[in-house]
Amino acid sequence: MEFFSHQTSFRFMATRKVWYTLSALLMIVSLASFFTRGLNLAIDFTGGVSGEVSFPRAVNVEDVRTKLTAAGFREPQVQNFGSSRDIAIRLPPDAKSTATEIRTRLDTALRAVDPGVQVTQLDVVGPQVGNELRVSAIWALFFTLLGIFIYIAFRFHTWRLSSGAILAVLHDPILVLGFFSLTQMSFDLAVVAAMLAVIGYSLNDTVVVFDRIRERFETNRRSPPDVVLDQSINQTLSRTIMTKVVTSIVVVALLFLGGPVLKGFSAALLIGIIAGTYSSIYISSALALDLGLTAEHVFPTVKKAAFDHLP
Amino acid sequence: MLEYARWKYILIAVVLALALLFALPNVFGEDPALQVARKDHSPVTADAQKEVGDFLTQRGIHFARTYIDNGRLMVRFANVPQQLAARDAVNDQYAQTYITALSFAPRTPEALRALGLRPMPLGLDLRGGLYLLYQVDVNAAVQQALEGYAQDARRALAAANIPVKDVTVAGPGSDKPYTVRIVLPADADAGAARTTLATPLQGLTIATESLASGSAITATMTAAQVRERQDYAIQQNITTLRNRVNELGVSEPIVQRQGIDRINVQLPGVQNSAEVKDILGRVATLEFRLEDMQNNAIEAQQTGRVPLGSKLYTHTRFGRPVLLKREVIATGDQLTNATSGQSQEGPSVNVRLDARAGENMLRTTRANINRRMAVVLIEKRRETQDVGGQKVSREVTDEQVINDATIRGIFSNNFQITGLQAGEARELALLLRSGSLATVIYPIEERAVGPSLGRDNIDKGVTALIVGMAGVFVFMVVYYKAFGLVADVVLLANVVLLTALLSMMRASLSLPGIAGIILTVGIAVDANVLIYERIREELRKGVSPQAAIRAGFDKAFSAIWDSNLTALIAGIVLWVLGTGTIRGFAIVLTLGIATSMFTSLMGSRALLTLMYGGRRKIARLSI
Repeated sequence: MEFFSHQTSFRFMATRKVWYTLSALLMIVSLASFFTRGLNLAIDFTGGVSGEVSFPRAVNVEDVRTKLTAAGFREPQVQNFGSSRDIAIRLPPDAKSTATEIRTRLDTALRAVDPGVQVTQLDVVGPQVGNELRVSAIWALFFTLLGIFIYIAFRFHTWRLSSGAILAVLHDPILVLGFFSLTQMSFDLAVVAAMLAVIGYSLNDTVVVFDRIRERFETNRRSPPDVVLDQSINQTLSRTIMTKVVTSIVVVALLFLGGPVLKGFSAALLIGIIAGTYSSIYISSALALDLGLTAEHVFPTVKKAAFDHLP
Repeated sequence: MLEYARWKYILIAVVLALALLFALPNVFGEDPALQVARKDHSPVTADAQKEVGDFLTQRGIHFARTYIDNGRLMVRFANVPQQLAARDAVNDQYAQTYITALSFAPRTPEALRALGLRPMPLGLDLRGGLYLLYQVDVNAAVQQALEGYAQDARRALAAANIPVKDVTVAGPGSDKPYTVRIVLPADADAGAARTTLATPLQGLTIATESLASGSAITATMTAAQVRERQDYAIQQNITTLRNRVNELGVSEPIVQRQGIDRINVQLPGVQNSAEVKDILGRVATLEFRLEDMQNNAIEAQQTGRVPLGSKLYTHTRFGRPVLLKREVIATGDQLTNATSGQSQEGPSVNVRLDARAGENMLRTTRANINRRMAVVLIEKRRETQDVGGQKVSREVTDEQVINDATIRGIFSNNFQITGLQAGEARELALLLRSGSLATVIYPIEERAVGPSLGRDNIDKGVTALIVGMAGVFVFMVVYYKAFGLVADVVLLANVVLLTALLSMMRASLSLPGIAGIILTVGIAVDANVLIYERIREELRKGVSPQAAIRAGFDKAFSAIWDSNLTALIAGIVLWVLGTGTIRGFAIVLTLGIATSMFTSLMGSRALLTLMYGGRRKIARLSI
């Protein structure tokens, strides 16, 4: 089986202005939403209490909320999930009480609703820890991007290719952020991990395409750059699609079967993979072309000798 | 012609054989088990093993088998109800001798266990349990050290008959931090004072300055000393927490330092968190003091004037005031053992002191027969208060007399404390035995996962893993036929290799870790796809099948190398910066990238060379 029975010859570069506009639009929407609506940060980053409790019989959500408010918890969020017996609770951070005190107060308040209550999961994160996790997540993003920029600069000697790759790398996590901001899905530590993985893999495609561009320029110095770029993308197209389909199979399995804990994580990966496929075709290469990339910039820069010792 | 060096085949075979061996323990699953340990920490003997076994049989509780692991008795069961019944029965019968803990015992055969092969431990999100992150108040520890220096200085100067005007301590966060300042009156000999202080303040940076009204000596702790003191406090707290966790009977607990001033505690299987946390976080110590019999305690309480050399306390139970002398006969630190028991006067704690404290006790009791002695329980905790809109957290010390009694006879290092409730006696003995925490700790993060949720998480993770992998396998065979099958074999080898590495590292597997394995499967496919697409391209150009295979591997190499390296950067950053489950994900991701490079580049090439190599003429490839 093959997706494309013969060598495709789509003229990607000819339509690049359309795709630029689309990308710019998506990024603007994402950033606008991020700066206005913000993210629905999970307690990993805000601090506070998040718990899941199971009652022996159906309970009224309003009743639970009233009991929690009476116990001194400000603005408790109480929701059903799964069945009418299972309730998810979220409480804002409370700097005045220790984790132990909160736990005791919560237990008492819930027992007042029904003594048979079972706390299946409870996370209490101090505001200080939440702050630190937020800072370390930002640092992680920063260092990953920095590491990748250094790598690109070192790997592709021409700044034309590097800028294209960097923009593509920024493009994908911005769209993921936009998705989480627009849907207001809970943004937790696992999503940050997924975003970093997305950054890594988004570059993956770009690198494969660039690798081919380099090779095409080497063998075909006289062709106009846009033809070379189109050829390179077409030649790697079936690989790009194939890899993405396979990775999507496992990520979709995670999304639907992995349970609520991995929902945000797998959603972020899926969005990132889709955005990454597109950006490696339309952003990184097209941008390099518009920055005036020609064969002279790429060739003869890379020594194949580095890969003499194949395994 | 397609060839592959013999040593590469051998390397692949050896690596795979080892990987299979290390990954093997993970396929057997786990049995519910009961861990039985002796309270005095001595190893459980074979006789005791038989006794407990016979006792359970006699009670009609079925168990699979018993064995001794690391000095602890493990009893395995076929199901959870039997496990719970056995725990209750053993707790009833042997409350004095043993502590029990519910756990899971891997079903790994004895032969593998003997080789030291174990399955991957499961993270708390997969097995249920309690995760606690404690903040250690390291500043308080430094403050304590400074106050110790101040006291020693005062004592040394008094012994040398040098008058002192004032001794102040500037703790962390003040203008001149980590300093003890001793102000001397004008008539004091600053030189002599400095010589006297050389011993008690050894190691500190000492300076003398002249004041209008005399002179002042300042002693400052160096940065290294401060750090040493902080490290000591953390280390001491970790030791104490470990002791307490062991006393509570938790199987496979983890107590480890995190960052500069944090300790993380992971207690698998623990559900009743309130009780556990109460015991873990308590800073309690004892002091033995003589009662001040010359003065009236009630009068002192009413007038608010406490006689010099005495201190006013309240009796926990009776609420009456007690006046105690300042001199301490013995403290909780000098305890060598404490056990709870029964005496004629109700529940008691049997205390054994070390030699020095014993001697002191002997001297005191001999000289003070028929006078009264009291036991003071000192507890520290942290309290946050609203002061003018600002939240200020401070350490609060509660000191209460838990027992006072007339000294009826002379005793030294071995005696009883009575006047307690049964529960109190047991808890106090535990706290005293496990040692005191060097400084206050307080939980700043707590994550509890119920056992059913843990079960649920693992089931979901494994289902997603199986479905995801099956989808990829089918797809690869449909798309690449025989080559797809090769890719599937290689993918499977990758998962085995990854599992083996994780088992070797004893890295605990969490749900994000399972996600990492699944993701690795998706990623590992990429390398194969790159190679196969290249082979197809070469074939289209009309290259012979064997040359196409060789060219496919050679030309795809730089793309595979580059693309994996970028993902590796993200993985390593997460590994270094992440904590907890995120680090678990990063470890799996990073190792997965490394193993997938090995399996797809070397493994699949070896396999394809075996299939299509040699001098045979191949008409076409099944790709």
